[in-house]
Amino acid sequence: MSKHVTTWRLSAVVAASVALIATTASRAAVEQAQQPSEVALVISGGDAGTPPRYAVPDFVALTPDASEIAKTLGQVLWDDLNFEREFYMIPRDTYGSIPAARTPEQVPFNSWRELGADAVVFGTVQRTGNDVRVQVRLFNVRSRQSVFAKEYSGSANNPRLYAHTISDEIHDQQRGLKGVARTKLAWVSDRDGVRLGDTVENRQVKEIYYGDYDGANQRRVTVGRRLNLNPSWSPDTRALAYTTFRPNPDVFVSLIYQGVLQNPTKGIGTNYLPVFSPDGKQIAFMSGRDGNPEIYAMNVDGTNLRRLTNTQAGDSSPTWSPSGSQIAFTSDRTGKAQIYVMNSADGSGVRRLTVNESEADRPTWSPPPFNEIAYAASTGPGYDIKVLVVSTGEVKQLTFGEGSNEGPAWAPGGRHLAFTSTRAGGRTQVFTIGRDGRGLRQITREGNNQTPAWSN
Amino acid sequence: MKEMRNTTIVVAVTLALAVTAACGKKKVATGPQPPPAEEAPVVTPNPPPPTERVEDRTPVAQPLADESITNKSLDDLNRDSPLKPVFFPLDSAELDETGRAIAQANAGVLKKYSAWGITIEGHCDERGTAEYNLALGERRAVAVKTYLSSLGVSPDRIRTVSYGKEFPFDMGHSEDAWAKNRRGHFVITSK
Repeated sequence: MSKHVTTWRLSAVVAASVALIATTASRAAVEQAQQPSEVALVISGGDAGTPPRYAVPDFVALTPDASEIAKTLGQVLWDDLNFEREFYMIPRDTYGSIPAARTPEQVPFNSWRELGADAVVFGTVQRTGNDVRVQVRLFNVRSRQSVFAKEYSGSANNPRLYAHTISDEIHDQQRGLKGVARTKLAWVSDRDGVRLGDTVENRQVKEIYYGDYDGANQRRVTVGRRLNLNPSWSPDTRALAYTTFRPNPDVFVSLIYQGVLQNPTKGIGTNYLPVFSPDGKQIAFMSGRDGNPEIYAMNVDGTNLRRLTNTQAGDSSPTWSPSGSQIAFTSDRTGKAQIYVMNSADGSGVRRLTVNESEADRPTWSPPPFNEIAYAASTGPGYDIKVLVVSTGEVKQLTFGEGSNEGPAWAPGGRHLAFTSTRAGGRTQVFTIGRDGRGLRQITREGNNQTPAWSN
Repeated sequence: MKEMRNTTIVVAVTLALAVTAACGKKKVATGPQPPPAEEAPVVTPNPPPPTERVEDRTPVAQPLADESITNKSLDDLNRDSPLKPVFFPLDSAELDETGRAIAQANAGVLKKYSAWGITIEGHCDERGTAEYNLALGERRAVAVKTYLSSLGVSPDRIRTVSYGKEFPFDMGHSEDAWAKNRRGHFVITSK
């Protein structure tokens, strides 16, 4: 069997080549992995209906300077697999009695079986200067066969990306699921503690930040020491749209990997709350250019501008439907903020969606396959995150008064949401949560952080 | 300190009104004017004595500026601003009677200092979401601008911006704090 090598890009940050492992030692395993029958590849739980139990020990460092990376890979991969809750992840602190394997042949299947594992990951890391080579296999503990085997190489700068990639590929292969381990969150933060160079005192600079979906690798996007608000990812994840106050609030599109800044609204009036359409070609936003806050849409370059609402009330927070044909938004046209929907072409067909809320704001339309709108509902002193099923009008509540909870943003695939909460010590922080309200994770801890957006 | 600031404002406004009133009736002599003293008496109980008519003098086109104000930097001006904030009721962008009175006084100052350009900032209290408050703040700022325009201040001099609940003036979480944070705030941006 000849070596079958494919090349593929890990992400815009790190490119790595991926090759199927076909060493002599694991030939049988790889042949197994290349069987056309998918049934044999999927590891199931011991009992029908129970999720398979996965173990992810530390990867093996084949060179001494790779030991830190090896540890990181094991932990991050465990966290990534745990995030989607498709598998029961056996806690890593229970692996102590199991002898560490140096090669695939040494994997102690009996010991893993005793621990109740259905699947175990075996991975190695080799480091040469700033390059790493990562090999990983997923074994079915009962059959002792490798059902997934890959090799990755690239820079050592961001080892977590290898774990994220492995996680996404395991979810894809084992569950047909598009995982989110390589997605990113963007938000607004005042963590720099810099005061605005303004004539009015005590105003904090707020900058746009982004980081990995799990909160690692947080970076600042904007550097202007101004007020920046409400980031929105372009569907290709290469750009962020947001509002910068210079001091006139205007919509900017930052191509974050190219260092290019575009200004489609060109300083005409006040412009806020930009959101990319699902095809990435348009931006909906709120503007006061005609004397009242209304919803507008335009092409990303600012052409084809059209006004979609026309009321005396405030219309704000647009969000596109998955097909792009509709826009949901907030309006207080009946007195209190409620969520409405309209056609994105011309603003026709307006219909109110929230009927039992005292106030509802920041609608965020889920991506396929769900057709749901998450929003912040006034539930007392603060807000809670709720989800409206558009077809039935059914409402589900995800948070229950622990702090004030605002700013919901769907993950691609609609299985998770990001939102902000004051539950952790009073400051506003970004959290993620499953669509069933389980699996809460805190993403930010420094300063106040608000209005998250989740990339594809 | 606060009291002194208030006194200065009353002086400025009174002067503005007095001069405006005088304008309607009589031409006022031009020429170098002594800068009005900061501590000038606040009230003029009697109408000023009739001014002697002087021939061939150009009428004053606009109310005279207070040099103690015009000489200030923008930063200093805004720190101790003659333009007072207009406050709003909860979840409302409508000026009430008090708000209109403050806006009227501000309009008087703006007519006196006709070179000034201003930005009216719409601010909200922390109740309501960040997004909703951007719209509400926008409506507050526009409401103040519209009212000033109706009083004769050119809309070309006025920009508006909404800061929503991003920049509270009072960091507290009480009714008092919230009341202070629901405002149309005036910033002098050019002079």
